[in-house]
Amino acid sequence: MTTAPIIEQRSIPVVSTDSVIEIEHLYKTFGDNTVLADFSLVLRKGENVAVLGKSGSGKSVLIKCIIGLMRADKGSIRLLGQDIDNLDHQELDEIRSRVGFLFQSNALYDSMTVRENLEFPLRRHWIKMTSAEQDAKVLEVLSNVGLAHAVDMMPAELSGGMRKRIALARTLILDPEIIFYDEPTTGLDPITGKGISKLIREMGEKYNTSALIISHDMNCIRMTADRIIMLIDGTCYAQGSYEELKLNNDPKVKQFFE
Amino acid sequence: MALSHTWQQFLDETGDISRFTRRFFLQGFKPRYEIAELLRQCYIIGYKSLPLVGLTGFIMGLVLTMQLRPSLISYGAESELPAMVGIAIVREIGPVITALIFAGKIGSSIGAELGSMKVTEQIDAMEVSGTNPFKYLVVTRVLAATLMLPVLVILGDAISLYGSYLGVNIRGITSFSLFFQQVFDALSFSDFFPALIKSYFFGFAVGIIGCYKGFNSSKGTEGVGRSANSAVVVSSVLIFIIDLLAVQITDILGFN
Ligand SMILES: Nc1ncnc2c1ncn2[C@@H]1O[C@H](COP(=O)(O)OP(=O)(O)OP(=O)(O)O)[C@@H](O)[C@H]1O
Ligand SMILES: [Mg+2]
Repeated sequence: MTTAPIIEQRSIPVVSTDSVIEIEHLYKTFGDNTVLADFSLVLRKGENVAVLGKSGSGKSVLIKCIIGLMRADKGSIRLLGQDIDNLDHQELDEIRSRVGFLFQSNALYDSMTVRENLEFPLRRHWIKMTSAEQDAKVLEVLSNVGLAHAVDMMPAELSGGMRKRIALARTLILDPEIIFYDEPTTGLDPITGKGISKLIREMGEKYNTSALIISHDMNCIRMTADRIIMLIDGTCYAQGSYEELKLNNDPKVKQFFE
Repeated sequence: MALSHTWQQFLDETGDISRFTRRFFLQGFKPRYEIAELLRQCYIIGYKSLPLVGLTGFIMGLVLTMQLRPSLISYGAESELPAMVGIAIVREIGPVITALIFAGKIGSSIGAELGSMKVTEQIDAMEVSGTNPFKYLVVTRVLAATLMLPVLVILGDAISLYGSYLGVNIRGITSFSLFFQQVFDALSFSDFFPALIKSYFFGFAVGIIGCYKGFNSSKGTEGVGRSANSAVVVSSVLIFIIDLLAVQITDILGFN
């Protein structure tokens, strides 16, 4: 990571101290495929921000960079006040225990029951809990998503919508401060999708979390997000509330609202 | 042009596998140790392949005995049958056949399992759950394969010799104790020891190739199938290459 020249630092927006994610001038390319080019974003505490972009525009790549699953080529990422490029393994694990990640493909462990799936992050992050406390926590998050009865089922026995809700429960189990949602409603029917969006909203309010929601589903975004960022051509092309963006006349923005 | 491209791919892949192996040795022996997962994998890997190894070993021993008998009779050496079969099984056929069965069964299942974990982001999910997926998934499976294959080879050899004992008794009568006495009289430490050592290398090859192919699976379900398939192909070829090297090395060391 090259340190930015002093001149440039003045152009960096002054961010309020209560921001939980600050991304500045992020670049990422795969071979000659430029995915992110000068992308910047700030997420404040308690805020739900949606990143909207076409398929293949680099939304998943963006959140994988934030959480340290991929390394950006250039730019800086501060997650919960720490520059994630400078963290060693232990510090990275520590910070990851404070965020939740809902994967696009759910990423439930096929070889484990629902209960073991939910206990996995608890056990692996060395969260000190007796097994009774673990059981109680598992049941609490499961009943939050309305699936307490599925605790001993295998992921293969669940429907797509159920799997998404279990994955959401697993995301919530560590009481995260920030949650990343990678296309939470894609591949679900509109009614189930609406249910998931409602859950995201409710969980955010109940546990007072910040959320970064990646999506191209307008209904989901409208229900969940306070602010929308349009990821077009690898950069933050436009941003604002749903109503503001809807009135935007730029053709690249407009096509999402048709 | 096409040939040079194939060669380049081959060399690229060889380099990648070497790096993967290096990573195994760099990370595998540092804490935190995934003992529970290692034991679970040993159980799964050993237990899953035992019936198949037993069945093929039994048939191998029986068939080999029946095939060898006419030739030995024509040399007037029928009484050498147990010794011949014993040496063939313990030195070569037992380890290689068991390893090939193991590659087909375990190599493909590791390749497919890790491949589908990769494409459905389960490996990423592990990483954000405070777990090093390389240690949790790769190191445990490679170690389990390395440790379990020699055990399977020994069990397979035993079952194979029992098959041979039955084969001898189809056309003649030899008591159980006499048969095994003849086998063990013919075998020495230098028959048994190199075969055992090379089994560890066979197991390691199957484990590391299965994990490499799965861990580097390309997106999509056909990527998973391809991983499983090439895991079997590459590890089977590697078993023969290791066998070839092993015979040279034992020769040089004078284990003959
Ligand atoms: N590991 C990788 N290696 C090479 N290219 C990659 C890799 N991961 C992503 N890409 C490329 O980066 C681009 C963005 O991918 P990404 O998965 O972020 O898209 P997305 O916006 O999440 O799309 P979708 O809505 O379909 O999920 C794609 O062109 C993809 O081919
Ligand atoms: Mg995506």
